[in-house]
Amino acid sequence: MKHNLILRVIAKFLIPIIVLFALYVQFHGDYSPGGGFQAGVIFSAAFILYAIVFGLDTAERVVPPRVLQILASIGVLIYAGTGFVTLFLGGNFLDYNVLAEQPVAGQHLGILIIELGVGITVSSVMLLIFFTFAGRNRP
Amino acid sequence: MIEQQLSLLLVAVPLLAAPVASILPNGRLPWLLALVVSWLCLAMAIWQFIIVLDGHIISYELGGWSPPWGIEYRIDAVNAFVALIVAGIAAVTMPYALRSVEQEIPKKQSSLFYATLLLFLVGLLGIAQTGDVFNLFVFLEISSLSSYVLIGMGRQRRALTAAYQYLIMGTIGATFLLIGIGLLYAETGSLNMVDLHARLENALDNRTVHTAFAFIVIGIGLKLAMFPLHQWLPNAYTYAPSVVTVFLAATATKVAVYVMLRMMFTVFSFSGFVRGTPADEMFLILGTAGIIAASIYAIYQRDAKRLLAFSSVAQVGYMVLGIGFGTALGLTATVVHIFNHALMKGALFMALGAIVYRIGSSQIDKFDGLGRQMPWTFGAIFIGGLSLIGIPGTAGFISKWYLVLAALEQQSWFITATILLGSLLAVVYVWKLVEVLFFRETSKNSKIKEAPLSLLIPMWLLVLANIYFGIDTRLTINAAKAAVQLLGVAP
Amino acid sequence: MMEFILGHYNYWIVIFLMMLGFYTVISRGNMVKKIVGLNIFQVSVFLLYISIGNVSGGTTPIIAEGFTRYSNPLPHVLILTAIVVGVATTALGLALVVRIKEAYGTIEEDEIHDQDQSL
Repeated sequence: MKHNLILRVIAKFLIPIIVLFALYVQFHGDYSPGGGFQAGVIFSAAFILYAIVFGLDTAERVVPPRVLQILASIGVLIYAGTGFVTLFLGGNFLDYNVLAEQPVAGQHLGILIIELGVGITVSSVMLLIFFTFAGRNRP
Repeated sequence: MIEQQLSLLLVAVPLLAAPVASILPNGRLPWLLALVVSWLCLAMAIWQFIIVLDGHIISYELGGWSPPWGIEYRIDAVNAFVALIVAGIAAVTMPYALRSVEQEIPKKQSSLFYATLLLFLVGLLGIAQTGDVFNLFVFLEISSLSSYVLIGMGRQRRALTAAYQYLIMGTIGATFLLIGIGLLYAETGSLNMVDLHARLENALDNRTVHTAFAFIVIGIGLKLAMFPLHQWLPNAYTYAPSVVTVFLAATATKVAVYVMLRMMFTVFSFSGFVRGTPADEMFLILGTAGIIAASIYAIYQRDAKRLLAFSSVAQVGYMVLGIGFGTALGLTATVVHIFNHALMKGALFMALGAIVYRIGSSQIDKFDGLGRQMPWTFGAIFIGGLSLIGIPGTAGFISKWYLVLAALEQQSWFITATILLGSLLAVVYVWKLVEVLFFRETSKNSKIKEAPLSLLIPMWLLVLANIYFGIDTRLTINAAKAAVQLLGVAP
Repeated sequence: MMEFILGHYNYWIVIFLMMLGFYTVISRGNMVKKIVGLNIFQVSVFLLYISIGNVSGGTTPIIAEGFTRYSNPLPHVLILTAIVVGVATTALGLALVVRIKEAYGTIEEDEIHDQDQSL
């Protein structure tokens, strides 16, 4: 599909918009519907589109699978790490109230960080699943 | 501070370790991490067990949300005992894993293997700790998904079909459980076990609750391999890597039995609700049928791992019988058998794993005379087998004894006879192994050495535990009695 | 009677999908079709949860002026978790099918069974 001009132009036009939308869903998640799961899937959809149009090898040069694997772990670590931070601040596991001076501010901060971790893990796991399936039996 | 957070740390520490293990370089480092974490977990589980043994109940509110709205970890003697079994088996299995995994799993997968093993541990410990039914479903799926992966890592290609079959059956079971939980939530608006119990007292004749009950029993029945829902189990145990078989056989079905106990006694009340349904008779019928049928299947197996897998199905039958009686004695038998069966199957599968380590197969006809070349491994199989039969002086005797007492108390002679017949059939299949291992001629040019020490020491720890808990029953019986009281059955 | 049937339409849809999926899992020998059936089966349960979370006349559960009735968000959150579990199950199942295809050259259960027996 590398020679298909229309697809390439449209994909280049669409990918930034998809990524932007993903970021909106990600960081607006504490005020409106949205959050890490949805944003992660939308974010990875942009890269999957890129991989379909420009080829798997090009896409893997942009995000190598090893990096994705590390990112997936880092996302979980952000989540669990926040839990441990709240423990050390004297609250229960994932008790966001202790994260800032005001409980509500703490909840905002907590949800934002947690969803960031979720988003990173979901998007990198989605991409990993895609790359693993698509890259099987590659010549 | 640690003491307050103990019940959570027991789940959170392996959860934090799993992603770390997955990005460590392949080799011995991930194993070391898993080893340290499993020992830490054992220490925490022992600590927690000591706290709750005197009747104290730990209630931990996740995220500071008070129950019944938030997720609550509610630890009493039942949870703590199950968590102790899981953590104990994990702590014994990890040292064993090193050599066995190095041989059976390609080196480039070793960090992912240990990460998955840690996730499996997270799932099982989570099931044991949580007091929220939906959280229980999530942890059940964490442990199940990681066990599908672990089974699929077996060396033969049949491991793949075994894992696939288990995935289909396991997911159906989990989805049934999900339907049941959903219906309960629709009816009561609560997911907290204790709260559910209180709200269900007024809903005994409600048809939605009865439907939910049926779905939950079948769903968990699939997970615990209750006869005749056991079809996934023999293949899964046979083709999984040795370490995974040890861990799976010693913990997974036991934890499912615990979930069944929780549902029957803590969520629904046994005397008030379950007695009014055909469930208790069903447990008795399926339990007896399972003991007889699975034991007979076991006798005809040609693969030693498969033989023991069928024996596991039969042993689950004993535990289900105890639930079916619903009396203090019956439940004591079930809870003690959860513990003892973990010990004996752990030891037996470890011994088989050592044989597989040396000869690369678990086919019985390749075992000729192996017992004289590997005396320590043979000793483990022999004593583990005695415990499986229920010879006095071994752990297996204690639980069978309580079960027979429970059956006699109910004056059900048929079930008493079945339990004894099950033991006789166990003699037959254990003897089949012993005969091949010890009394057959060794083939001439085979020179097989005893298994390495790192396999023998964990194996013999479990064997000695089998003997110790057959003589000194204070720990098991006291824990079981405390558990039975908490489940609301008067002694 | 009519009211009973129409008033519970969400349950009819759920039951229909549930049986459809379950039947596919049981009856098909093709491993990919089995996973598709399993997915339909799971999704029907998701629908069950989501539909019981709806409150008649309720809006999205975000506090705003002028709204007093909100749908119950908890079942939706629960199902978000269950969907993730479902995705993981599907991905794992399909990965196993790919490996099975490589090892056996087929994904029909009876052909795999024959190959294992002939050994």
